[in-house]
Amino acid sequence: MTTQTDTPRPPHQVLDGADISRVITRIAHEIVERAKGAEDVVLLGIHTRGVHLARRLHAKLTQITGREIPLGTLDITMYRDDLRLKPARALEHTEIPPTGIDGKLVILVDDVLFSGRTVRAALDALGDIGRPRAVQLAVLVDRGHRELPIRADYVGKNLPTSLREAVQVQLSDTDGQDAVLVGDRDYAARSSQALAAPSTPE
Amino acid sequence: MKRHLVSAADLSRDDALLILDTAEELAQLSGRAVKKLPTLRGRTVVNLFFEDSTRTKTSFEVAEKRLSADVINFAAKGSSVSKGESLKDTALTLQAMGADAVVIRHHASGAPARLAQSDWLHGSVINAGDGTHEHPTQALLDAFTMRRHLNPGLGKDLNGRRITIVGDVLHSRVARSNVLLLNTLGAQVTFVAPPTLLPIGIDNWPCEVSYDLDATLAKSDALMLLRVQRERMNAAFFPTEREYSRRYGMDGLRMARLPEHAIVMHPGPMVRGMEITAEVADSPRCTAVEQVANGVSIRMAVLYLLLGGATLADNHSTNTSEAAK
Repeated sequence: MTTQTDTPRPPHQVLDGADISRVITRIAHEIVERAKGAEDVVLLGIHTRGVHLARRLHAKLTQITGREIPLGTLDITMYRDDLRLKPARALEHTEIPPTGIDGKLVILVDDVLFSGRTVRAALDALGDIGRPRAVQLAVLVDRGHRELPIRADYVGKNLPTSLREAVQVQLSDTDGQDAVLVGDRDYAARSSQALAAPSTPE
Repeated sequence: MKRHLVSAADLSRDDALLILDTAEELAQLSGRAVKKLPTLRGRTVVNLFFEDSTRTKTSFEVAEKRLSADVINFAAKGSSVSKGESLKDTALTLQAMGADAVVIRHHASGAPARLAQSDWLHGSVINAGDGTHEHPTQALLDAFTMRRHLNPGLGKDLNGRRITIVGDVLHSRVARSNVLLLNTLGAQVTFVAPPTLLPIGIDNWPCEVSYDLDATLAKSDALMLLRVQRERMNAAFFPTEREYSRRYGMDGLRMARLPEHAIVMHPGPMVRGMEITAEVADSPRCTAVEQVANGVSIRMAVLYLLLGGATLADNHSTNTSEAAK
């Protein structure tokens, strides 16, 4: 008999395109409410999917407030604490709005909040670029397992997960569709092994 | 990418484009109030200069410091090298001091290659000019400058662009590295020089050769002047400076014959009045000063790509510590 932990769980969808769209609308309204009209807000998307989410949030905020909110992108590669564990990676494009971030309310946007190390790196990067009035964090999914004292201000969905699970955010800009999937981290490898292994009578 | 940067020939097209694209991102840093990244914190880079150099050494030093590396400048003059220490012993000393990378300039062609192939050092070796052989980071910054003017954008190469390189090709390591790299990036290179300043075997290089500067002007997208290296000349390679200047010097009239979009490049230091007139040197089409700024971005990119991630030196120390357990 196989126990439940031995069975690889296929990725299943927890959010679909309509859900993601609703989540972005809700976060945009929350931003306007908390930032009292979002007058000094600057949105910064963290590469890669955070940038696409920031663009969508930007469009929604423009629609709600009727004003153009400054939008930029942030690559945190040079600030990562695991740089020495992997080969050097190519850099992504960092673009700070021409008005800068000094004295502004910077809202960092990312897809998944997990250990918190990416956000830590982003805060370090911001410190070198300028001095914001305040920094807030908006994420599509908070999956827990924080390794640093960091929390998000705007959360699309709290998704309690186990460490053996992987959360995959798909966005139409890069992946062809909008969805959030949760499944076993090594599902593909384990299921192919299961297929390859000769069946044994139980 | 490989562990060392000794020759421009070591770089594949993808490697070269990765360096140029990385440099493009890093160039933004010079416009910021805090021109520093924490990427190479805790890494030690030694600038080992056996030959005098101000701009290359300063450029490397600025790049290393902007990436937060610990920088040690090791000039041969006044050091143990002048007391007769060999390259091997110097390298072993640097290894014992924990150098993660060595930026080396040497008067002997092949010294960086010797260092890279030996097991004297575990760190990366970056060639900052060896004899009359190569100067790969200079070629990269030249290509970076050309791409910015002729085909801007990430991931773009120099396919089909025509580059004319004028001057002392024989003694020039810049020319050698440039022809290799520009060829990798798809550009066509034409050397223009007096026959006495062209090396033997240039027929085997991937380039064209001409003795007539005026004939090549109209079809050049970029014109690169090389410094006439008096210090390497042990014989008379041309009759007089005046004649050289008349046939191969860049002046306003020649610049007017270049296509509208073409740029005039010089690796510096410029010998005004001989290689280039003040009119050309100070014109907005001359990129000599821009090349210096681009040099810092390129050297930061090379240092980041060689040292920023996991290196063999890291693996080596991990393995040793595991063995000790």
